[in-house]
Amino acid sequence: MLTVTWLVIALPLLGFVVLVATGRRLGEPWAGWLATAMVSASFLVAIGLYLDLLGIKAPVRSYSENLWTWLDVGGLNLHAGLYVDPLSMTMVLFVTGVSALIHLYSIGYMHGDKDFAKFFLYLNLFVASMLILVLGSNMVMTFIGWEGVGTCSYWLVSFWFERNTAAVAGKKAFLYNRLGDVGFMLAMFLTFENFHSLDYSTIFARVDSVSSLNITVICLLLVVAVMGKSAQIPLFPWLADAMEGPTPVSALIHAATMVTAGVYLLCRVHPLLHASPTASLVVAIMGAVTAFVGATIACAQQDIKKVLAYSTISQLGYMFLAIGCGAYTAAIFLMVAHAFFKALLFLGSGSVIHGLHGEQDLKRMGNLRQYMPITFITFAIGWLAIAAVPPLSGFWAKGDILDNAFAARPVLWGIGVFTAALTAYYMSRLTSLAFFGSDRWGQKHPVDPDPWAHHAEVGEQRAPVESPLVMTLPLWILAFFAATAGLLATSGNFSLSAWVDPVFGSSLFSNHLPAGDLWVLGLLDTVVALGGVALGIWLWVSRTDRPALEIPFLRNAWYVNEAYDTLLGRPSTRLAHFSAEEVDLKVIDGAVNSLAGLVRGAGRIVAKTQTGYLRNYALAMVGGVVLILAFMVTRMWWG
Amino acid sequence: MTTSSFPYLLLLVVIPALGSLLVAIWPRKSVADWFHEALGVGVSVLTLVMAVAVLVVFKSGVAGYQLASEHAWASGLGIQWSVGIDGISLFLVVMTGLLFPVALLGARVKRDRRAFVAWVLLMEAACMGSFVSLDLVFFFLFFELTLVPTYFLISGWGYARRGYAAIKFFIYTFTGSAFMLVGIVALAFIHRSQTGVLTFDLVPLMHTHLSGTQGVLLFCAFTAAFAVKAPIFPFHTWLPNTHSESPVACAVLMIGVMAKMGTYGVIRFDLNLFPQACRTVAPVLLTLAVIGITYGALVACAQRNIKVLLAYSSLAQMGFVVLGTFAIDPQGVTGGVLQMVNHGITSAALFILVGWIYRRRHTWQIASLRGLQASAPVMAGAFMLAMLASIGVPGLNGFVSEFLVLLGTFEAHRWWGVVAVAGVVIAAVYFLWTYQRVFQGAPGPDDATTSDLTWREGLIVAPLLVLIVVMGVFPKPVLDRITPSVDRLVVHVDHVTHTDLPSGLHGSALPALHSSALSAQCSSTAVSCHPATSATRGVAR
Repeated sequence: MLTVTWLVIALPLLGFVVLVATGRRLGEPWAGWLATAMVSASFLVAIGLYLDLLGIKAPVRSYSENLWTWLDVGGLNLHAGLYVDPLSMTMVLFVTGVSALIHLYSIGYMHGDKDFAKFFLYLNLFVASMLILVLGSNMVMTFIGWEGVGTCSYWLVSFWFERNTAAVAGKKAFLYNRLGDVGFMLAMFLTFENFHSLDYSTIFARVDSVSSLNITVICLLLVVAVMGKSAQIPLFPWLADAMEGPTPVSALIHAATMVTAGVYLLCRVHPLLHASPTASLVVAIMGAVTAFVGATIACAQQDIKKVLAYSTISQLGYMFLAIGCGAYTAAIFLMVAHAFFKALLFLGSGSVIHGLHGEQDLKRMGNLRQYMPITFITFAIGWLAIAAVPPLSGFWAKGDILDNAFAARPVLWGIGVFTAALTAYYMSRLTSLAFFGSDRWGQKHPVDPDPWAHHAEVGEQRAPVESPLVMTLPLWILAFFAATAGLLATSGNFSLSAWVDPVFGSSLFSNHLPAGDLWVLGLLDTVVALGGVALGIWLWVSRTDRPALEIPFLRNAWYVNEAYDTLLGRPSTRLAHFSAEEVDLKVIDGAVNSLAGLVRGAGRIVAKTQTGYLRNYALAMVGGVVLILAFMVTRMWWG
Repeated sequence: MTTSSFPYLLLLVVIPALGSLLVAIWPRKSVADWFHEALGVGVSVLTLVMAVAVLVVFKSGVAGYQLASEHAWASGLGIQWSVGIDGISLFLVVMTGLLFPVALLGARVKRDRRAFVAWVLLMEAACMGSFVSLDLVFFFLFFELTLVPTYFLISGWGYARRGYAAIKFFIYTFTGSAFMLVGIVALAFIHRSQTGVLTFDLVPLMHTHLSGTQGVLLFCAFTAAFAVKAPIFPFHTWLPNTHSESPVACAVLMIGVMAKMGTYGVIRFDLNLFPQACRTVAPVLLTLAVIGITYGALVACAQRNIKVLLAYSSLAQMGFVVLGTFAIDPQGVTGGVLQMVNHGITSAALFILVGWIYRRRHTWQIASLRGLQASAPVMAGAFMLAMLASIGVPGLNGFVSEFLVLLGTFEAHRWWGVVAVAGVVIAAVYFLWTYQRVFQGAPGPDDATTSDLTWREGLIVAPLLVLIVVMGVFPKPVLDRITPSVDRLVVHVDHVTHTDLPSGLHGSALPALHSSALSAQCSSTAVSCHPATSATRGVAR
């Protein structure tokens, strides 16, 4: 079975190709079903691979294969190679699984869109790229997938391209990622210089022979790449704007899969990170600070998807905190759990938006539990899961990270716990505003219009309606896993750590706390989570405006966008115009023209003897050359 | 060097040249309106067939010149018809063969088609000639000959200020070439003073002993011509004038094909003839390349005319070729050679698409276009693909060459490589911003009625788009033909400059390669590792 690993990638890729060729003719809903079928088939293959991999009885289960040689230039030998181990297998399983559900959901969500087929074509290509990223056996393969998902994200964010905000948001997402990619490319170059290879297995085998300074620089460059892709400080502003894309895209790309690529990358290169305590510290600090900043911003957002977007940034921060502490398994654990509950929350919010005919403003929702019971129940599971209320998955996953942080980096643990309280609070605020309180979706005038929030023409409001089965079925399935994914924390053969720990081996942080401490920490987490939930409900269940809690500083995301605009955007625009209008036209071309003028002045004296017509010279020249050619040819053939 | 009894390379030059003549003299009367165009396309397709035949008979993994032939001609002057092809010129020839029919079909003109087609075919003959010539005089003649049809194409079929643009282009490039002519003659005489033989043949001239100053001076003379043609910053200011006024076919061919003659000249002649000088001035050229990459991209950001924007984008893209070339290591030069081909393909696709927009809307102004993706989704998709290839998105051809160039530069001259990577970001800025303004947003009334690509147009641009994908996914067959020749060239440079192995930072990375390539060269081409012998040629048959 493992020998057909390529099939996991090929199936969605085939779907993409078929849809490119025939998508418009297939139309709705068959294009959607085809895409869903392809990804589902890929998921089934992935299960087969998983069972095969389980059958391998080695300390580190793995399988690798080179499909073809991509290039071979001067000592640089790169293969289109795949590498399957428990780490990449975990990614493949949840990427294909969650993708299949979101494809299914999209058939309902994208109903009636004029570019229905195109949406699924992009989605299939995205899945294929994500799988290349995950399964690549060398850094270039990872990078190909890395850029592929970024490009698909660009297309999908600006999917409704006629809306200018969507077009701008797509471009912004791509450019922030490109900034990060500079780090990735330089990291590859430096790796090749030091390790003479870009294959992961070769690199890891040579870690001891490379200076720790170089390893640290490589790691930090990769961290720059991660900042872009996983929306970490300071390259995070694009993710909130990326919410301009259709909601299934937000769920799949900007919550469950693509943005976690950074987490996967750093887990993949764990031997390097392990060899560089400095880089690990940087990752941990980046994660903790991002978790905190993202959570504070989420507390003051009014657009339901923006709250979830900043929440994603914050949750990703937790994962990097874990990686920075050496707790790779804990990072993977939260990544999987987060994929379930955040995809659930996004799809739930999509169901809400769908039901309200395009409304995204939390302050114009309210009391939806009466109208959309399934959406409400499943959403509530996601809400309590992310708030880390026991016994749902978030409690175990986040708890695992916090326990490790407590042992490894206590200060950052403090930030993490405080952020956990904020998380419970802002998610409760969101749920209270959307599902509890009074009906506000009929109001003609918004309480406090947020210029970002109004995409749809919300005219005469009809009563919200529950979404169709293709949309609610994925909600149920995701809710089930969001609730039960905590079981991965159990000890035994089927636990996550028994499965992936061997991959990380000695890189893994192993200074485990005594059981008593764990109980205390678990209790503390519970208290924090319940406290945050209670506070959020108490403050927001019956009121919609509390200006003291929604200060402009947080609503405007710490003014990071403004800072980028002032420091980077406007100066570079000015530099571009200065270069084009002053330097190029006046200085360089001016110099050339004045030189020509000088020559012309001198030439006028000589010119009296010449006809002065350039075309005459040119004609004379071409005539001469043709004669030469003709002469030459005759010499050769008859000579 | 391998020879061939069938004159492939001669035919590459002769077919379009005779075709041009045929089109020019075939009377206009008694034939249909489209006849001359069809004849021209037929001739260019026949040339393409010949170019593909060359690709087929070309032996992969052979470093030396193939399909070579030489015939004495003006022996007293040391000039001979000497042609050959190796991995460095192979794909340029094939690309030239492809782009001419594409340009003829994709960028037709409305009036005086007979003359137009005749000039284009003459240009093709000259381009082919300069890519296959191994004799400096013939190279120079072909190199110069391209100017004539270009001048007439711009001044005859250009836009408002075409007269100024054509003259500026002509004088600018002609001035550069004058230096090269002096350089060629000087080099030949230096060679004669050492060996007593007057020759303009590249292979013996490679072993001329030049003092440091001589080398640098001659290098500068040759590079003056190449730098204008490519163009290399700051010799690029004919570019905006020319490309705001030139007809689309001319823009496609000048940027797609003729620009490559500049960078090809650097690789073929500068590196072979003046290795020591190349090493000496490499930092200068690397700096100019990096400025070209970032500055070209920056200036492109500020353009309002989409055709001029693409011209500045070419300045940046060609900067990568120069960068890779002067890294003078296998990855850098291979990347540079591949980048020429890739840029030829992507820029041609972009110019042709923009030309089709003009044909529909009669404007080059970005601000007059909006939301075209709604009414012309296929055109938008084609533009997107070519654009992403230019930006260097992996999976498409542009990434392979950009990656190799940047890697090669990073290994040899780290900080230039680091700065050049920034150019990758700025390229994304101006391309994505252009796409956003032209293809996205709410379409205006004119935009909503802009028609999508016709089937015919789709078929014309399809080969380019297919190549963009195929060469991105399977670059190896292409690279396998390029690398042996590049390795040989790099070994030659290293040998002459006595830094037989790159030292310092990057030395440890490549010793195995260099020594193996060196020994492979020595065994397969025997004497090519020993300078001062003209018996080099003809050994590796």
